[in-house]
Amino acid sequence: MKKKKWPFIYVGIITAITYIPILVTVIYSFNESRISSVWEGFSLKWYVELFQDRDLKEALLNSLILAVLSCICAVLIGTTGALGMSRKKSKLNDTVAYAAMLPIMIPEIILGMVFLSVFSLMGLPFGMVTLVIAHTTFCVPYIYSMVKARLVGMDKALEEAALDLGASPIRVFFDVILPQILPAIFSGIILAFAMSFDDVVISIFVTGPTVNTLPVKIYTKLKTGVTPEINALATLMLLFTILLFGLSALAGRRKRV
Amino acid sequence: MKKKGKGNWVLLAPIYIFTIIFVAFPILYMFLLSVLSRAEVWGVDFKFTLDNYKRIFEPLYLNTFKESFLLAFLTTGFNILIGYPYGYFMARMNAVWKKRMMMLIMIPFWTSALIRLYGWIIVFRSNGVLDKILMGIGITDEPLKLLYSYPAVVVGMIYSLLPFMILSVYSSAEKVDYTLVEAARDLGASSFKAFWTVTFKLTLPGLLSGIILTFIPSMGLFFIADILGGNKIVLVGSLIQEQLTKGRNLPFAAALSAVLMILTSLLIGLYRRIAGTSELEGLV
Amino acid sequence: MNDVILQLKRIKKSFDNDTRVLKSIDLDIQRAEFITLLGSSGCGKTTTLRIIAGLELPDEGEVILEGQDITRLEPNKRNVNTVFQNYALFPHMSVAENIGYGLKLKKVPKGEIADKVEQMLRLVQLEGFEKRKPDQLSGGQRQRVAIARAVVNEPKVLLLDEPLGALDLKLRRQMQLELKRLQKQLGITFIYITHDQEEAINMSDRIAVMNQGVLEQIGTPNEIYYRPRTSYVADFVGNANILYCGDGTYAIRAENILMNGETVCVHTASVVEKSFAGGQLRILFRLQDGQSITASRYGIDSDIQVGSELKIGWLPEHAVKVVDDLS
Repeated sequence: MKKKKWPFIYVGIITAITYIPILVTVIYSFNESRISSVWEGFSLKWYVELFQDRDLKEALLNSLILAVLSCICAVLIGTTGALGMSRKKSKLNDTVAYAAMLPIMIPEIILGMVFLSVFSLMGLPFGMVTLVIAHTTFCVPYIYSMVKARLVGMDKALEEAALDLGASPIRVFFDVILPQILPAIFSGIILAFAMSFDDVVISIFVTGPTVNTLPVKIYTKLKTGVTPEINALATLMLLFTILLFGLSALAGRRKRV
Repeated sequence: MKKKGKGNWVLLAPIYIFTIIFVAFPILYMFLLSVLSRAEVWGVDFKFTLDNYKRIFEPLYLNTFKESFLLAFLTTGFNILIGYPYGYFMARMNAVWKKRMMMLIMIPFWTSALIRLYGWIIVFRSNGVLDKILMGIGITDEPLKLLYSYPAVVVGMIYSLLPFMILSVYSSAEKVDYTLVEAARDLGASSFKAFWTVTFKLTLPGLLSGIILTFIPSMGLFFIADILGGNKIVLVGSLIQEQLTKGRNLPFAAALSAVLMILTSLLIGLYRRIAGTSELEGLV
Repeated sequence: MNDVILQLKRIKKSFDNDTRVLKSIDLDIQRAEFITLLGSSGCGKTTTLRIIAGLELPDEGEVILEGQDITRLEPNKRNVNTVFQNYALFPHMSVAENIGYGLKLKKVPKGEIADKVEQMLRLVQLEGFEKRKPDQLSGGQRQRVAIARAVVNEPKVLLLDEPLGALDLKLRRQMQLELKRLQKQLGITFIYITHDQEEAINMSDRIAVMNQGVLEQIGTPNEIYYRPRTSYVADFVGNANILYCGDGTYAIRAENILMNGETVCVHTASVVEKSFAGGQLRILFRLQDGQSITASRYGIDSDIQVGSELKIGWLPEHAVKVVDDLS
């Protein structure tokens, strides 16, 4: 096979361009000056300011709690749904499944608008409650589709073997089915968590006066006045993400041995 | 197996209840709102009217839709040009490189989208990084007024949505049996012809899925245009937001959303017809 | 000696699209016997097995185990275990955990489980494989784990659903002998399913031949081979020629077709094909009415030409009167 270089060059260039804004953000987080066009020297003062910013920290905590709660709800709804739908095929099931997947197939603005009006109608308090409901809506598709795909490929005989050996249907679920779908649930959670944590559009509409999620907070800051605090935050988040990836890669390597 | 009936309803209940109350009902409610009249301060009067839809046909609003479509087209077009080769090349790499590339794509994906856009602001703003470099090399004399311009928005959109195209194409290209390409070459096809007749056709599902995953969100991602375009560029998304917040016109916002929803559904329907499936590659 | 352990009474089963899979099955199975359900795909043998295991419910009829009606009893409450066709080993559990699963469910103490698992591994010659995972085993090894997993629970009846189908020929022959030996050693009743007549003849105490949802004949391998009752049985086990002669239909094995000598029911036939393989000569004849007859013998018979016409017949003691398929 001819070893062509240019695919790598192309991919390399595009990847480099992708990382430019990230790199720039990181570099400028250490900039002494507030104005990004002037470099005044290395400084950690923005990191200090970040740690002291109560609003931002609160927003971060809110986003984490929101993502965790939404993922939990999504796992409960998506997993049971996938299990139920895989046992029996029906037109009704297909329709509900399609509706459940809808939130990630339509522009987020529609969801935002729609939730705003419905939550007002229902008289729900705008805040964590509405946020969790809204986020769960678009987290469910990720979990559901992953688990469903895994179930389709699963050997039905395994369930029968467990029954044959004396397991009650509940035991069959815990001993055979659950271990098989756990990786799928996990993959779904990773995606759903990222989507929830990063959500701007929907959160803007359904958040309340007292609750701020991180993306919404950053968004308002970006529109009003930027401080390099944001850069510091970005750098830390990046570090955290790289750390997670590094850990998962290590874990994967150890399992193989 | 026996006894599928009873236990199944317990399993199906959560998703049925949740989806009906929080997905189906809200969307239907939206359609209902769109044909009602606006009340004094906030909310609706239960008077049936098609005025909201008629308003959409006014040149101002029609133009907004046109602009949004145009932007979506541009974004999708560039995404295809940039993302398709990327995804394809990635799929042809060996296992080690595939993993590395996957990580390289995923890391920005996990960093806040907003913050990455902010990085572009730093690059694009007058006397920002880009200007410094260009002026330093001597290509330009004056700072380019790139920020708060249309090109900046397009770049921002492409940047945000590119991973979806790449992953969709990759997912499809990865499953292709490349011995088929060898067979085509063996039968006399040139490199390009072999690619076009075999590989391209087989990666079509990924490409189509990537198009859907790019086009549809790009009609709603108003915050990118907001941040990188200032107030100059008005898209349907920002229009809806404006009508809901400043305009306090719930029915009109609902009508706009309804139209957007219908357009989206048509696109998805078209996709299902062409691709022959309702599964989206790259998502699972 | 009549010690019936399992009875199937008037079992009937159809599936949704109205195909009648089992027309009416009656079968008495003796304790500690090795009985095989033999038939081609779709004859209903797997369905019958699943009904015994409890994985399917019959539309009508009863399943009686040691005098108890277990027809509607859930599969996990029956004292019956199955060896599945594709083994169905739990991929996330080790070999030891797979084998011990049934015991764990019965709340057997851990120490005892470990002992029994070790016993089983010795029995199927897989000592030292406790910690391996199924994806680290070969087909033959997985099959033995599947058997061990079922047998360790000391079921009253062991059901085996074409367990040797996925193995290569040599391994299959080896496993046939091992399974037979195992059955004798354990004394458990084995109900075995296969479409391979060789397998059935090699292993079984009795064979039950099924055809399209009907039990055509139950008997020892000898009875099935030498005294088939229907043309289906005669042809399925041993490739017999089915011919009319005067007052009925007869089955005559290929090796009993004679070309000269004192024969009855002589027909004129032309030689269509001659082939020599494995030490045997096979001659394919066509009769005047178009029917094909196969004759086989040892030797070469080089003077028999393709295209020539000969008179063929058989000795009366070699012909078995059969009825047409009962289906």
